[in-house]
Amino acid sequence: MTMPDDSADLIVDGAGPPPPIRRLVPGGAPTIVLPPPPGTITAPNGAGGTGPTVERRVSALPAAQVAERMRTEELRIAYGGKEAVKGVSLPVRRGEVLALIGPSGCGKTTLLRSLNRLTELTPTATRTGRIVLDDQDVDTLEVTDLRRRVSMVFQQPNPFPMSVFDNVAYALREQGSRKPRKGALMEPVTEALRRAGLLTEVQDNLDHPALRLSGGQQQRLCIARALAADPEVLLLDEPCSALDPKSTATIEELIVRLREEVAIVIVTHNLQQAHRVADKVGFMYLGDLVEYGDGDRIFSAPREERTADYVAGAFG
Amino acid sequence: MADAPALPPTARTKPVESSRNWPLMDRLMLACCWVAGVSACVIAFAIVAYMAYRGLEFLRPALFIERPNADLDQSKSGGFLDPLLGTLILTVMGTALAIPVAVATAVWVTEYGRPFWLARAVESGVEIIAGTPSIVLAIFGLIVFQEQLLGFLSFEAEGGSVFGRSFFTAAAMMSLIALPLIVGSTREGLQSIPGHVREASYALGKTKAATIRRVLLPSLRAPIATGTALGMGRIAGDTAIVVILLGGTLQLQGYGDVPGLDVLRGTGSTLTSYVYLNSPAGEGSAPEKAYAAAVVLLAIAIALNFLVDWIVRRDPTKAVTAAARR
Repeated sequence: MTMPDDSADLIVDGAGPPPPIRRLVPGGAPTIVLPPPPGTITAPNGAGGTGPTVERRVSALPAAQVAERMRTEELRIAYGGKEAVKGVSLPVRRGEVLALIGPSGCGKTTLLRSLNRLTELTPTATRTGRIVLDDQDVDTLEVTDLRRRVSMVFQQPNPFPMSVFDNVAYALREQGSRKPRKGALMEPVTEALRRAGLLTEVQDNLDHPALRLSGGQQQRLCIARALAADPEVLLLDEPCSALDPKSTATIEELIVRLREEVAIVIVTHNLQQAHRVADKVGFMYLGDLVEYGDGDRIFSAPREERTADYVAGAFG
Repeated sequence: MADAPALPPTARTKPVESSRNWPLMDRLMLACCWVAGVSACVIAFAIVAYMAYRGLEFLRPALFIERPNADLDQSKSGGFLDPLLGTLILTVMGTALAIPVAVATAVWVTEYGRPFWLARAVESGVEIIAGTPSIVLAIFGLIVFQEQLLGFLSFEAEGGSVFGRSFFTAAAMMSLIALPLIVGSTREGLQSIPGHVREASYALGKTKAATIRRVLLPSLRAPIATGTALGMGRIAGDTAIVVILLGGTLQLQGYGDVPGLDVLRGTGSTLTSYVYLNSPAGEGSAPEKAYAAAVVLLAIAIALNFLVDWIVRRDPTKAVTAAARR
């Protein structure tokens, strides 16, 4: 398949001057709100409006390549008496990246964690409503099976204290065992590393401790680890917030590339990131799914006032 | 701009803040802290230096390979081979018994800890063990191991009563000395592993048991080793349990006819009881041998301390812990 033309706009290089802070205003072009540092002289032909706009990395895939994998129906999650997610119904599709945005504490991470029943680790959490994976209620699945099919990557890179190889192989091996041995797993492990775009960097050092890798490499290793068991859905909880801009760009590219193979849900605080990678965007506020739709439309023409305020930076 | 910007304050010539301008009380307090810190150093060095001075004078290589004898003639009373071996055997046995129990306890309390009241009870239990004087542990051990049922751990004295004193029984009580230290450092190690590392493992479809075994335990090597080395130091330094539960016999006195096992079922002594016996307070009354043995004991303790430092410094999982504390 061919890459669309606008892939030339990929921000790959983290070097050079940092990009100015942009806020997306509803219905208009992004404006630059970076105040000049005190003491600097504003050039007559200042950067206002001439800087690069936030671009989608690639355009949406053709509808034929999009297929629904997961769905929530009237999902409600409460911690103790406090409801964190209030009746959210959402589709999760392969071929699309779904970004959940919203202010801190709006329930987006709770929603994400409920998709592979990680919320059950919190003793006070209760859930009602259905979550469906390929027409099966996730409650009817063995939780270990569900989590192999709906895998997750966390905010902090968290490789295990073992070699690069063993980190990826961990997902493929029987529960607590070290079998099968290395030879039998070499192929799936290298495949997962290749899909995560890490193979060329680590193929000579598969035995090195994973904790020696850089932060960005560690996060891609976590993605490789999550991809190893060939999941249907990949959940990303602010995967770039602990990373530098260059690693962030690499991972964003990776996310867009992976959407053809696996359904991706990403929670992010970074609106530009959501705009760059997401096909669909869900805006959550105080536990409600306020608005859901195409990413371009949510950012350029939100229908709800709360969405408009948020994407304009009102909530911060 | 019309106004010239205010000049930055002149740089201090000394990077360290001077206490010269402090109130008198603060300066006195600072001096007290300083003196207290330095005196701890001085005392430590004084102990090492004095023991080295008194001990090295009498320390001969022959002492390490000669078996001790009860003889008033000090040229015939031998060296401290048996007590040295006793210390080694007891230390290894004690920690070998303590490690599995301590690690299991720490993992259960930290990772499961349900029901809550039971976890708190276990915690206080460990604290009580840590606070119990070793002589109390020794007496308790003697009562327990003199039970007829546990006779296989020691031997029966004439008349059929169980003696209760052996390397097995002493090591069992010694393990209680090391246990709280290993539990403590293992728990600290577990608590320093961030929750999202566990969740990452669950999110790959792993069970809690698999996560503990393959992710958490490998991260605990350094904490467990640290606790073990500290525990070894405590075992090597304990006297009460040796005198009461190991029999305190100068030589290793085996019992039974299985090679190896006979030593463990038999009695013996360690460097601590040897020092006690030969000190002016004991019966042997050979202070020079006591000094020589004491310097060896001190060297073992210092070596274990450096071992702990070394383990902590080269901990390969430190990156995880450091990230967690950020």
